[in-house]
Amino acid sequence: MDLLVTLKNPLVTLGNRTLGVIAELGRVTVFFFKGLALIFVVPFQVSKIMQQIYFIGLKSLFVICLTAAFTGMVLGIQGYHTLVKYGSTGALGSAVALSLVREMGPVMTAIMIVARAGSSMAAEIGIMRISEQIDALQTMDINPIRFLVSPRLAAAFVSFPLLTALFDVVGIFGGYLTGSVLLGINPGLYFSRVETSVGMADVTGGFVKSIVFAVVVATICCYQGYYTHTREEFGAKGVSLSTTSAVVLSCVLILIADYVMTSFLL
Amino acid sequence: MNQPLIEFKDAAKQFGRQRVLDGVNLSIYSGEITTIIGKSGVGKSVLLKHMIGLMEPDKGQVLFNGQPLNGLKTIERKAVMRKFSYMFQEAALFDFLTVYENVALPLQERTALNEDEIRQRVKGKLKQLDLQEIDAKYPSQISGGMKKRVALARALVTAPEVILFDEPTTGLDPIRKNAVHSMIADYQKRYGFTAVIVSHEIPDVFFISQRVAMIEGGRILFEGTPRDIQRVANPAVKEFIQGLESPHDDLTGIASQAMGRRRLRQEMNRLQRREIPFSIVLLSVENMEDLDRIAGHMASQTMFKTFANVVEQNIYMTDTCFRYDMNKIMVVLPDTDANQARMFCQKLSRNLELDALLEESDSAQGVCFLINAGVSQAHKDSRLEQLLDEVESRQNFFYECKLQALAAEHPYADK
Repeated sequence: MDLLVTLKNPLVTLGNRTLGVIAELGRVTVFFFKGLALIFVVPFQVSKIMQQIYFIGLKSLFVICLTAAFTGMVLGIQGYHTLVKYGSTGALGSAVALSLVREMGPVMTAIMIVARAGSSMAAEIGIMRISEQIDALQTMDINPIRFLVSPRLAAAFVSFPLLTALFDVVGIFGGYLTGSVLLGINPGLYFSRVETSVGMADVTGGFVKSIVFAVVVATICCYQGYYTHTREEFGAKGVSLSTTSAVVLSCVLILIADYVMTSFLL
Repeated sequence: MNQPLIEFKDAAKQFGRQRVLDGVNLSIYSGEITTIIGKSGVGKSVLLKHMIGLMEPDKGQVLFNGQPLNGLKTIERKAVMRKFSYMFQEAALFDFLTVYENVALPLQERTALNEDEIRQRVKGKLKQLDLQEIDAKYPSQISGGMKKRVALARALVTAPEVILFDEPTTGLDPIRKNAVHSMIADYQKRYGFTAVIVSHEIPDVFFISQRVAMIEGGRILFEGTPRDIQRVANPAVKEFIQGLESPHDDLTGIASQAMGRRRLRQEMNRLQRREIPFSIVLLSVENMEDLDRIAGHMASQTMFKTFANVVEQNIYMTDTCFRYDMNKIMVVLPDTDANQARMFCQKLSRNLELDALLEESDSAQGVCFLINAGVSQAHKDSRLEQLLDEVESRQNFFYECKLQALAAEHPYADK
């Protein structure tokens, strides 16, 4: 039936889809601003925010360090083999550091957090929705967005830039491992190039990106879980779809937002 | 009658193409237990969710104390909602919080109590519901019955004015089911809250309800007392009630109320046609509330079950005993006059193995088990309902057996 309508009147279908997407965007935006505003409602939920920082931030340390080290090492090898053709291997420090601080650091960190913490945010809130725990909060006159979403948003604002900074540093050392230890570039030259090429604007740009990614990831993942019950599929199937959409949508939006911000920042 | 506390006026609600409520008119009165019955999926839970404001009617109104809920300002509405508690069908405990934290949450979030006061209140409630030993466990580590009790503790801890119970006993064994019913009735009496229960447990839930409403096809098909619903002529209501009534009482295993009433009608017929006399004895456990408080609801239900079994062992093949009410057992004695019925009571009091009643629970040591026996002989011109009223009101109180259980020197009661 749907297929028939689509074939008969593609313009109507296109229009409906576009309107649907715009309406959804509006709902997500309202959801984000509600969550953001409720962070500042007294009494502050300090312990809940700390718990979430522990979950999103501290528990992601190992994964972030691991991926950062290997990303830096790959950049070191690739950069060396490209630069050696032009006889400018000395610039490896600049290449690795700039790629990491401007692009790879914020993007890879965000994607790793989506994989580790974002998926579980969506699943946890989704399960709470289908098992009526969110309704239970409402019946107790506890605002579910304040209780569930605001601490996660606040924790994301703290964790994303810090983890990005860690990713950058570990990545630079990864580049040093392959560039200097394995391939023989002078370590002093590597680190002096890192120091001279990375400006404050690069670091600030990277942090701005990480804050935007925090907004995208926390909002999308919480939103997908929170509205699990509005899907056509119910129960565990609904939660699994919410989790998948949360991960896919977050990753896609991270890359789109990264492109848009890079165009403005450069 | 007074103004209803909660009132539905022509409330309608539709989900997609499915019309769940289609002009519901229903009144819930303050300080009463109202039970909502109906087939699965007819919108019983939807009714409850309308009462607490989780859903709003598409048409019509839901009034609280005469004021429409959807016409209230947000602050006023919140103030009304704070008077409610809701016990969900699947308990809806927060799985990331321990039992203690679950019960404490509404107090932490909704009240200005300090940690010590909260701890005191929560511990008190957990103790009342026999949950103090599992307070550090997570919901996934406890059984379904315990989850229900934790949910009940969470609903009670804020001392609400209205508690809505969505199938509070589904999936529980007969003793736990009756224990939860007696808890609801007990706390309702003690704290005076208004209770609305959605339940399939017929007739058990009728024992504790003052009013019953049946929903069917999006409308209220019946509204009245549990006694009225047994006599209602509407075939849909009759069919529904009879369909759920089993020949045996779940808790005690003796005949159910429906079977007992059928037997009473048969005896009435025999009396009127062939003048064969019969008597009834109503045995009521008088101090069930004390037993609940001292020994716990589970232990008192177990004792009642044992008592019913003892009564059953002491009647003849031709006699019938059935569960008449929450704490009452009725014995129908055919070919028996009032004097013989009194002798039956004396024999019963001698044969009661009191230790058996109490051995189930250590916490019941030293507790008195007080049983009153009302005896009534049916007369040719008396009506059945009249006879039941008589035996219940004990206007013709012939015999009282007070059994001081565990008082070794008084193993059985005297007249």
